[in-house]
Amino acid sequence: MGQPAKRPKRKNPLLRTRLPTLPPGARSRVALGLTAAAARGRLELQVCLDCGAVQYPPREVCSACLSHRLAWRPQDGRGELIAETTLRSAQELFFRERLPWRVGIVRLDTGVNVIAFVHEKVGVAPCRVRVEAALDRATQAVLVAVPDQGRTAMSDDPKLREMTCDPRSRKILVTDGKSVVGQAVARALSAAGADLIWIGEAEPWKKMPGFEALCALPQAVTIPLDVTDSRSVRELAGEIGGKVDIVVNTADCHRTFTIASRRGVETAQLEMEVNYFGLLRLAQEFAPVLRARAADGAANAIAWVNVLSIFALANYPPHGTYSASKAAALSLSQALRAELRPAGVRVINLFPGPIDDDWDQLELPPKLSPTAVARAVVEALKGSVEDVYPGDVAQDWLARHLENPKALERELGGKAL
Amino acid sequence: MPARAYDDVVLAAPVTIPYVRYSIRGAHWFLGRAMAGLIAAARIPKARIDGLAVASFTLAPDTAVGLTQHLGLTLRWLDDVRMGGASGIVSIRRAARAVQSGDAEIVACIAGDTNRTDSFRRNTASFSQFSQDAVYPYGSGGPNASFALLTAYYMRKHGARPEDFGKLCVAQRNNALKNPMALFKKPLTLDEYLNARLVADPLRLFDCVMPCAGAEGFLVMRRATAEKLGLRFARLLGAIECHNAFPDDPIQDRGGWALDRNALYEQAGVGPRDMDFVETYDDYPVINVLQFEGLGFCGDGEGAAFIHANTFEVAGTFPANTSGGQLSVGQAGAAGGHLGIVEAIRQLTGQTLGARVPKAQHGLVSGFGMINYDRGICSGAAVLAAA
Repeated sequence: MGQPAKRPKRKNPLLRTRLPTLPPGARSRVALGLTAAAARGRLELQVCLDCGAVQYPPREVCSACLSHRLAWRPQDGRGELIAETTLRSAQELFFRERLPWRVGIVRLDTGVNVIAFVHEKVGVAPCRVRVEAALDRATQAVLVAVPDQGRTAMSDDPKLREMTCDPRSRKILVTDGKSVVGQAVARALSAAGADLIWIGEAEPWKKMPGFEALCALPQAVTIPLDVTDSRSVRELAGEIGGKVDIVVNTADCHRTFTIASRRGVETAQLEMEVNYFGLLRLAQEFAPVLRARAADGAANAIAWVNVLSIFALANYPPHGTYSASKAAALSLSQALRAELRPAGVRVINLFPGPIDDDWDQLELPPKLSPTAVARAVVEALKGSVEDVYPGDVAQDWLARHLENPKALERELGGKAL
Repeated sequence: MPARAYDDVVLAAPVTIPYVRYSIRGAHWFLGRAMAGLIAAARIPKARIDGLAVASFTLAPDTAVGLTQHLGLTLRWLDDVRMGGASGIVSIRRAARAVQSGDAEIVACIAGDTNRTDSFRRNTASFSQFSQDAVYPYGSGGPNASFALLTAYYMRKHGARPEDFGKLCVAQRNNALKNPMALFKKPLTLDEYLNARLVADPLRLFDCVMPCAGAEGFLVMRRATAEKLGLRFARLLGAIECHNAFPDDPIQDRGGWALDRNALYEQAGVGPRDMDFVETYDDYPVINVLQFEGLGFCGDGEGAAFIHANTFEVAGTFPANTSGGQLSVGQAGAAGGHLGIVEAIRQLTGQTLGARVPKAQHGLVSGFGMINYDRGICSGAAVLAAA
């Protein structure tokens, strides 16, 4: 670790809260291919399917052979920083407020030039570097040159740290701290250096194993929160909304059944109440205040994490109604993302595969441990991504979904995973 | 096959519309005034102009077409040349062929832009698709950032030092001090240059061109037409243009001039040693150096030694950017590529605003434009001669 983020100073109440500014977000449609890969933490560039030439900047036609058959393919990003500059003036407010910026041209080994931000750990040009894709505060892809050797965290560079949502020194709301996943998430955030963790507790008369020990963590503060109760959500937002930097929505209701296995819709309604309407209630109360605090110094509102499910991508009939509620939440998260984007607050969606908890008991391994889910939450915040598919099953489903969504639907309808 | 000679094509009526740092007027105002300046200088009615080549960044939503109606022109030949600092040379080449072939008799080549307080940012943000997608989001430094990278690379590769570039900038300022149209009125010392604030390392304040509003214009016609109108003129001996030269160079340290300079001098019938002055495109000093090298005034990578060995004032050993160039006059958008041409016509016809190169017979003008992504795409050059 380089310079760990220090606990931000107390805010001077006499000074105006700064308004959020964003880096330029305009991109051509074809350039959004870079963003699509970066959202999953990958560097992909277009490669010509006919002649193999790698292309950059993104384009419609191969600059070598004029083929229109260009496909986005993963790249290792290795190359040489051949020239660099330090910008001490900028035309856009976002950059102007954060000067200076280190920017360079990297000649990738594949023979194309990329303009990239240069991590402060990178030596003087010319030198070997590795180019990574990241999401800037406008949640558009940008390229970052990091040292060629070893692992360099984006957040080791104070400027590039803004492309992450590192939980260190942050004040974080975990909406449900009672479930095994919620408990694991709170513990992981504590270990990652969170400044304060509000742990939501619905139905306080239910004593869940491990919860008392969790509440003993130095940063933990339990607060009453029932996401199925509009008043509860509103009251909590009134109390702590102005202080929350990161919301991690772990509230989840999972009652496994198929369409035919149960009469009535009450259980499915409960799933929707928590998984969909719960998110909606939280978004209505917390999103406006997160937006307002998105540029509030170093202690600004910065991210919103939803623990969804890989079942949100395509319905898994043995968990049919649960899948539907998570699909609804996924859809709503896209609206939330659109509404938080102008402020630069990032919405991260996690799509874990089956979790090793009571509700996925009958799912076959491999299954994700709650701590693995929690680790994925922390890594997503420390990194620069928007969509995370933790675990082997999630990765498998994602690959099948990207290749042929109809095939995945048929496969899931046929039998188990 | 060598390109056909330009025979008796001439350039006349050099016009500059005074530059201002910011303007509340539109581009049409500056282009319209350039047009009025041209017919006044040529003492001809507007209707005599039957060809028009326009270069502007701030004419939107109009193009050259809109300008035609705006200015009440009836034309047989019209061109919209959007090639930034190469527009002037490209306009000459096209207009020359038009008057040579008889498609037009008198072509007005005008370039101009307005500069509102926010125009430059807007133009930079949407300059090109590659720039919007892959340059501007990296600090929004605009051309300063792009040229900083080229300059850093050139300095490292060829061992050039800041004082080399500084010597050019100081000389151009000295030239500008005699030009009443120049926006920069104060002398510049090498110390001031070297100690100015950093803008984008290694570029300092006086390396960076200042955007402004203004316009430039000239007429292209056949010699017989000019003589009939009683106009002083400069002859066009040769001209080249090239786009996206050397695409495989990892970074730009040469432009298209190197590809075609032999053809240029062959067509012109004179060589680099015959030039009495040069007007290079100079939004940043490094690009002057690439033109000195590319056009054969010195070898590749020898720019710094060449600067060391010469003086660039009007009375110097190598008079360059004799009006002060964009660096000391200002960059009126697309007019930056016409500024050197207009100055060359003035030098060769004895109509200079500032100091005159004594007995100038031949002058070279070059253009460079459009950092579409990581390098300037368009380059061009022309050799002009006194009547």
